[in-house]
Amino acid sequence: MSDAAWIDAALTSARPQAVGALLRYFRDLDAAEEAFQNACLRALKSWPQNGPPRDPAAWLIMVGRNAGIDAVRRVRREQPLPEADDAISDLDDAESALAERLDGSHYRDDILRLLFICCHKELPATQQIALALRVVSGLTVKQIARAFLVSEAAMEQRITRAKSRIAQADVPFETPGAVERSERLTAVAAMIYLIFNEGYSASGETAELRQPLSEEAIRLARLLLRLFPSEPEIMGLTALLLLQHARSAARFDAEGLPILLEDQDRTLWNQPLIAEGLALIDKAMRHRRSGPYQIQAAVAALHARAARPEDTDWTQIDLLYGALEVVQPSPVVTLNRAVAVSKVRGAQAALDLIAPLETRLSNYFYFFGVRGALLMQLGRNDEARTAFDRAIALAHSSAEAAHIRMQLDRLMRDSATAQTRSGR
Amino acid sequence: MLYALLCYHDEDVVCAWSKDQDAAVMAKLAVIQERLAKQGRLGPVARLLPTTAATTLRKEDPPLVLDGPYAETKEQLLGFYIVDCANLDEALEVARELGEANPGGSYEIRPVGTFRPGGTLA
Repeated sequence: MSDAAWIDAALTSARPQAVGALLRYFRDLDAAEEAFQNACLRALKSWPQNGPPRDPAAWLIMVGRNAGIDAVRRVRREQPLPEADDAISDLDDAESALAERLDGSHYRDDILRLLFICCHKELPATQQIALALRVVSGLTVKQIARAFLVSEAAMEQRITRAKSRIAQADVPFETPGAVERSERLTAVAAMIYLIFNEGYSASGETAELRQPLSEEAIRLARLLLRLFPSEPEIMGLTALLLLQHARSAARFDAEGLPILLEDQDRTLWNQPLIAEGLALIDKAMRHRRSGPYQIQAAVAALHARAARPEDTDWTQIDLLYGALEVVQPSPVVTLNRAVAVSKVRGAQAALDLIAPLETRLSNYFYFFGVRGALLMQLGRNDEARTAFDRAIALAHSSAEAAHIRMQLDRLMRDSATAQTRSGR
Repeated sequence: MLYALLCYHDEDVVCAWSKDQDAAVMAKLAVIQERLAKQGRLGPVARLLPTTAATTLRKEDPPLVLDGPYAETKEQLLGFYIVDCANLDEALEVARELGEANPGGSYEIRPVGTFRPGGTLA
C-alpha cells in the first residue's frame, strides 16, 4: 500500500474521534470540521516526511485545535497567522501526554455525541443519513450524492440545511448520564441501521453504487461496539448487518433482479462475515437481555446456519418473530412471522394470522405478495392473482414488481407440480 | 527454531481500508507466504476477526467472562504466523518483508516453546 493510501486510511479511521473532540472544544460543527480539514492538510505534508505519528487521532486533534484557535484569532484581530511550523513544533512532546488523556476519558462520549447530533429528532431520516456520512464517515458530498442518486448540488443543499437545523438546536455538551447515554445509543443504532438499509434495499444497477453505504454502516456499527463492548443490542445490530451483508454476492442475478433467499447460491455467502456475525450473537445471548436487533440477528443467523434452504429451522424462526412481536409490535413483523408459520403449520394458519392486518397494510406491496403466495399454495389461484396484481400496482420499483412476478411464476410452477403429484 | 510473528495493527485503520486496498495487501502477503511454504518454513497462519468478536475469560475464582479483547490498546492483535527461522536475524528479515507488504503497526517476534500442530481441520 502506498503512503498516500495508508495516510488516507489513517485519516478516515481517526475522523470520528478527532471531529468529535474538536466539536466538544469549539462547540460548533462547522468550526470542528474546518479545524479537522486543516489538520488533515498538515498531516498530508508532515506524515510522509516525518513518518506517521504514534497516535494519529491525538495528533489531528492537537493540530486541529491550534488551527481552529488561529482561525478564531484571525477573525478577532485580523492579525497574520503565526508560522505554521512554530505552532506544532513541540507537538511530539505534547502528543504522548495528550494521548493518555484522550484514551481514558472523553472520547467515547465525543464520538457518541457526534453520531447523536446527526440523528436529531427534527431531521428527516434522509438528512440524518446524509449528515452522518458527511460528518462522521467523511465521505465527500459527491460520493454521497452518487449513492443517493441525486445531483451534487442537491446533496450539498440537503447537508447544509441539516447543519443549520442542528446549529439552531441545543447540542448537549455536558457528559451524559447513564440513562441519557443509553437513549443516545438507541437513536444512533437506529440511524446506523437506516444507513445500512439504504445500501441493502437497493437493487438493479443502483445496488453496486449503494453497496458502500452498507459497508460504511458496518464500519460505524463496529466502531460503536468497540466503544460499548458489553451492550448486547449493539452486538445484535452489528451481527444483523454482518449476516445480511454476507449474502450480498448472492442476492442479485446477472440482470440485477433479486434472487429469493431459498434460491440463492449459498456458496457465494461470505463466510468470514457470517462467522463474525454468529460470534457476536453468541456473545450477546450470554447477557440474557434480549432486544429487537438481537432477535432479528438470530433470525438471520438461522438462515446463515442452514446449508440448504430445507435445513432452515422455521419453528425457531416462528418463535423468534413471536418474541419480536412482543418487544416491537408491528404488522410488518407479523407478516414476516406468517412466512415462518406457513412453513411450520401451513398456508391456512398463515393466512389467518395476516387477515387482521389488511387495513393497516393496505398500501404495502409485500403484504399482497405474501398473501398471494399463501393463497396460491392453497390452490385459490384467482384470489392469488388478484393479490399479486395489487402487489405489482403498489410496487415502488421495477425490481419489486419483478420480485412479485417471479414469485408468481414460481408458484404457478409449484402448483402445477403439486397438482401433478396429487393427481398421481 | 520456530518463531511466532504476532501481528499488531490499529484495527480502526485496517477496518478503514477499502476492499481493494485490503485485497492488494493480502495478495502481496500471499507471495511471501508462498515462498516460505515452498521452503518448508511456514506453519499455521491466521487472520483474526475484529476484537469486537473477542471474549476474554479471566481465570479468577470463579472465572470471569468479559466482552472484548484482553487488553485495550492502541494496536490490537489481528493475526499471527508461525515461521521456522535459524535465528532472530532471519525472523526479523521475514518480519521486515511482511512489513513492507503491510505497512503500519508492528510484529512481535516470539520464539515458540511448545508447538503442537494439531490435526487437520475440516
